[in-house]
Amino acid sequence: MARYLSLYLPFWGTDRLRRAIGLDVLPLERPLVLQGKVGSRRLVTAVDALAHQRGVRRGMAVAKAQVLIDGLEVRDAEVERDAEALEKLAVWALRLYSPVVAADPPDGLILDITGAAHLYGGEAALVSDMLRRLDALHITAYATVADSWGAAHALVRFAGKSSLIIPAGKSSEAILPLPVGALRLPAETVEELRLIGIDTIGELAAKPRAPLALRYGPDLWRRVDMAFGRLAEPIEPVHVPELISVERAFFEPIGAPDTLEKYTRRLTESLCLKLEEAGLGARRLDLHFVRVDSRIETISVGTAKPVRDVKRLSKLLVDKIETVEPGFGIDKMTLSAPLVEPLSFTQVATRFAAPGRPDVEDLWDTLSNRYGEGRLYRAVEVASDIPERSVRRIAPSASGTGSSRNARYRRPARLYRPEPVQALAALPDHPPRAFTWRGQRYSVVCADGPERVKGEWWVSDTETGKVRDYYILETATGERFWVFRAGDGEHMGTGSLNWYLHGKFD
Amino acid sequence: MPAANPAVLSALRDRIDHIGGHSAPRRVVLPFGVPDIDTRIPKGGLAFGALHEIAGGANGAVDGAAAIAFAAGIAARSGGRVLWAYTQPDLFAPALARSGLTDDKVVFFEAGDEAAVLGACEEALRHGGLTAVVGELANLSRVASQRLLMAAEGTGTLALIVRRWRRQVDAKDFGRPTAAFTRWRVTELNSAPLPVRGVGRARWMLELIRARGGECHDFEVEACDGEGHIRLSGDAQMTNTLRAAS
Repeated sequence: MARYLSLYLPFWGTDRLRRAIGLDVLPLERPLVLQGKVGSRRLVTAVDALAHQRGVRRGMAVAKAQVLIDGLEVRDAEVERDAEALEKLAVWALRLYSPVVAADPPDGLILDITGAAHLYGGEAALVSDMLRRLDALHITAYATVADSWGAAHALVRFAGKSSLIIPAGKSSEAILPLPVGALRLPAETVEELRLIGIDTIGELAAKPRAPLALRYGPDLWRRVDMAFGRLAEPIEPVHVPELISVERAFFEPIGAPDTLEKYTRRLTESLCLKLEEAGLGARRLDLHFVRVDSRIETISVGTAKPVRDVKRLSKLLVDKIETVEPGFGIDKMTLSAPLVEPLSFTQVATRFAAPGRPDVEDLWDTLSNRYGEGRLYRAVEVASDIPERSVRRIAPSASGTGSSRNARYRRPARLYRPEPVQALAALPDHPPRAFTWRGQRYSVVCADGPERVKGEWWVSDTETGKVRDYYILETATGERFWVFRAGDGEHMGTGSLNWYLHGKFD
Repeated sequence: MPAANPAVLSALRDRIDHIGGHSAPRRVVLPFGVPDIDTRIPKGGLAFGALHEIAGGANGAVDGAAAIAFAAGIAARSGGRVLWAYTQPDLFAPALARSGLTDDKVVFFEAGDEAAVLGACEEALRHGGLTAVVGELANLSRVASQRLLMAAEGTGTLALIVRRWRRQVDAKDFGRPTAAFTRWRVTELNSAPLPVRGVGRARWMLELIRARGGECHDFEVEACDGEGHIRLSGDAQMTNTLRAAS
């Protein structure tokens, strides 16, 4: 199933101008509109968030806007520059997020993120990362992921949510209540449809086709079919001249997995030669398969460090070939490296007799491309006494060692969510004689403790003054458990005096 | 003078070879360093390039706490980097570090399902850059275990599968034949009493349920120390020393 991300930039014109000129000249606190000329009239062509809030809309006369807002900043619109900047933004998105990106003028981007979201750990993570980065650049943006370009385009502009992810297969239902204006139809068609009583996409889709097609032409139903994903709408990806890429066209369309694999390896070889000439290593590779029906299937793989080793890169790509749906055949393959980093030659010290074990970096790359980034990690200890916070995950190839603050204390092999247990113990600091956990009663033979852990007031106000007293309990069955009492046993303010089981020792 | 510990000796030999710049032939087995245990296993230790299964006994079949500590000790002593694949997110890494598997040695893989654990283990075993691969699994079919064994044989990597079931009754699955060279069951025992209040070093009942070309046997051992070595629990000897000390 294809997945499309539509990015909507409602204030693109003004956001871009602010970035180009600088925030000191056009501060965010001062409302800004752009004007264009239609005949002799001056009309507002773009607004910013503040002006929008105060009621200025696109298409309004500039004089009226000036009456509405005192001290309004008015600048001339530069439509070509906006379009150029949108192309640049598309290249930025191409490098970071997805192999197939195009500008969706005048105020959006369209990304095909099929098979690319895993590099960020899922669609939600990709969207939030993208919105966070745009927000840091002071660009207002909305993003929606849906099953077709049309649906994503409609939902992002009319659903009114800054980030929205429609589960696969649910897009058709989601667009039914939207107004017909969301379908990318000419304004006059929308107006006429409203006159004859058709307001929403759902109502339009339920009408018989022939009469409406006769009245409004074939474009109406084409747009409807695109929105419901019944009609393919290929994206013409943004072109980056300086991108290192190699391509190969075929006389006869190919489709067998073996053949795809063979040409993937050949393309990787020639790409690595190019990378070597430039002294670069790839951090991300995109392999496009252009099908005879002009749909583009894509494989995208990432590496933790720059690489230009043919064997390693082709292994990562070949690993994913089974996800490619060749359809009636593939006409052209393009392999590009949108994200590259300098990689110089280094001499490796080897021992003469024993070549040693191979480097494991490529194994981490293989696994994280196959199963998702973030599933593979090194666990280092953090200087925190609270067990839940005492481990941090870092990337497998990251250097860095953990804190040795708690290295001498016994810690359980299994750490559960604290589960309440019934226990009887003498206050203030005696371990329980017996406790009941998950319906089973355990009598305690010997115990160690208490190990007192205090709440971290710098993390949360609710932890101020809170205490946990941890005990290691050995039961008659030989099992060793880690339990704690909330509170110090003397002051009620430090905790509820309830007992919890937190872990099990080896 | 205490008896020479073969595991310590072999580790020292490795270090001398490393300094000298010439290599010893690749080790074929990983001894426990406990003569009583090593002599019971064919070739005197856990074979590299082979599959070994470990499960917990009693409640340990469900939590596998002792089983992973035992596996961590073995993996730590294998000498290189280790991949640890699991599905249930209650693994607490600092405890493994106290069994010798410190954070610089191990990379964890949190799998979405058991198929991913098997896939990742196989890929890692085939790679050859690691010295041990640990997978926590509930089900291990004969075919799956044979795939893992073949991948391990090719590179001489130690494959350890920790069996951990959702329910106690599922643990009877441990009797089903797999391609494992050895099969171990680890059950927690009460620790040796201390002369003061407190809980002593953990003790396990270590059952060698199956050894290819060898016999079954039971051992009472003390849990892994900071380097991953277990030792036989010397009850009598220990109490004597303590009595003398007090």
